[in-house]
Amino acid sequence: MDSLVIDLAVLVLAGFVGYTVISKVPNTLHTPLMSGTNAIHGIVVLGGLLLMSESHGLLEQILLVIAVAFGTINVIGGFLVTDRMLDMFKGKDRGSKRGSTGASAEGEK
Amino acid sequence: MSIAGSIFLQSVNFIDAAYIVAFALMIYGMMGLTGPRTAVRGNRIAALGMAIAVAATLARHGVFDTTTSIWLIILGLAIGTVIGVPAARRVKMTAMPQMVAIFNGVGGGAVALISWVEFRHGFSDTASWPLRVEIFELFGAIIGSISFWGSVVAFGKLQEIFPGRPIKLPGLSQTVLNFLLAVIAIAAAIIIGFGTHSQMLFVLGILLAAAVLGLMIVFPIGGADMPVVISLLNACTGLSAAATGVALSNPVMIVAGMIVGASGTILTNLMAKAMNRSVPSIIAGGFGGTVAAPAGGGAEHSGTVRSTSAQDVAIQLNYASQVVIAPGYGMAVAQAQHAVRELEIELEKRGVTVQFAIHPVAGRMPGHMNVLLAEADVPYDALKEMDEINPEFPRTDVTLVIGANDVTNPAANEDPSSPIYGMPILEVDKSAAVVVLKRSMASGFAGIDNPLFYDPKTTMLFGDAKASVTEVVSELQDL
Repeated sequence: MDSLVIDLAVLVLAGFVGYTVISKVPNTLHTPLMSGTNAIHGIVVLGGLLLMSESHGLLEQILLVIAVAFGTINVIGGFLVTDRMLDMFKGKDRGSKRGSTGASAEGEK
Repeated sequence: MSIAGSIFLQSVNFIDAAYIVAFALMIYGMMGLTGPRTAVRGNRIAALGMAIAVAATLARHGVFDTTTSIWLIILGLAIGTVIGVPAARRVKMTAMPQMVAIFNGVGGGAVALISWVEFRHGFSDTASWPLRVEIFELFGAIIGSISFWGSVVAFGKLQEIFPGRPIKLPGLSQTVLNFLLAVIAIAAAIIIGFGTHSQMLFVLGILLAAAVLGLMIVFPIGGADMPVVISLLNACTGLSAAATGVALSNPVMIVAGMIVGASGTILTNLMAKAMNRSVPSIIAGGFGGTVAAPAGGGAEHSGTVRSTSAQDVAIQLNYASQVVIAPGYGMAVAQAQHAVRELEIELEKRGVTVQFAIHPVAGRMPGHMNVLLAEADVPYDALKEMDEINPEFPRTDVTLVIGANDVTNPAANEDPSSPIYGMPILEVDKSAAVVVLKRSMASGFAGIDNPLFYDPKTTMLFGDAKASVTEVVSELQDL
């Protein structure tokens, strides 16, 4: 099979996987979800890394360094901020109402 | 390491395998986000997947070929870390929407820059440049550039560098359309006339036109629609990353980009539905301000607004058996979440059930209120989604509306002439008594008059939300 066909197949399947996984996330966690997925699209940093060795001339090098820096901000910042937010949700999860919290968290799944 | 070992690590098969592990971990990590207990671990697993993808890419033969490229990569990674880490550490939870907007923007910017470089390579060596790369990079360039500039404007509006109200030129929606056509036309010109040197200008033209389009799309959108815009731009960046992935034939970029595209699309639709508006009508912009004038003028209210004191509210709450708190962006602005948590503790001590009613679009991004209340240690259980809490209102003695307005407006259910008619709301007017904490009688972001304030069972407690709540708590303690 042509590699383009395979790539497009992956593209379509990943879309469905993403849709299925994300649909199950409750409203309460939508902000962390958003910043988490936000971090994931920082994957474009790979593009910058791959092209770096093929770059010619100062302009391309500057563009790629900026692209890599942007991508890194996106990835590292995104994951850190998500971690901070989620820690707060977890922190109070074992807080005051211990018994009922456990039961309902299980029930949601 | 032996020579055989290093060849193995650099082999295409090994790197592809690492990529598959990487995206599997990302998907598994995202699955963890379905519950608060598994979410932290899920996020870390996704981050691990990302780290593997980056490491595998660096291990690839050729990436570290020249010493310059090593140093440039290190430089880029270092700059990104130095900026990203402190920003993520220091940002306040109330400022989360603009943080997400700007992180999203830099992602889109990276896509646009990468496409630019790809185009330069393509034009200098047309023979080895297949059409597929061209088409997908073109998509990446356009969407990435729109996403970058759109996010910058969204950031500016949320950070209040630009006014939050819609900024409009007369007849702008037509202009947006024209620009869209211009971008498409230039894109077509590039593909058709491929091969000559001057085409570099066209790439710049596309990036520039897409930038203007991004600015023109977001500037006219009102502050109340920001949750939708942010999730839409998030979806755009995801899709552009996936397009770059197809152009570079890199599976992990395709999968990761598409997951983000899907999640952004879902969130955008959810937000739009929660506001009873279609995504195109939000993009067309202008809500808030333009619609407000006729609506405010048309519905004259004969009723009077009754204001109350913190002491009366404390007494009212003390004798209640069930209290619902409906927070809005006003609570975030006043940084009142910790005071609200104290109020909750104080009431629970007295055997009062306290629940929080969270409207899907309360705040400036999806789920924003939940994050703020979680920061103040409000238990996850007490946070109720709209569908869960609405049947509870008839059984509720007192509902406290703190800094929320449009999401509690009963006109959405009752008045077909209201601009928000049909929007699902928190039915706070069904409870026995309502106390609205508000700074003044100014209308909400949508600029629509709220009949709830004139309801005979509603009382208003004017003042800064944080000060008011703190006062109520101390009055309660004195009772």
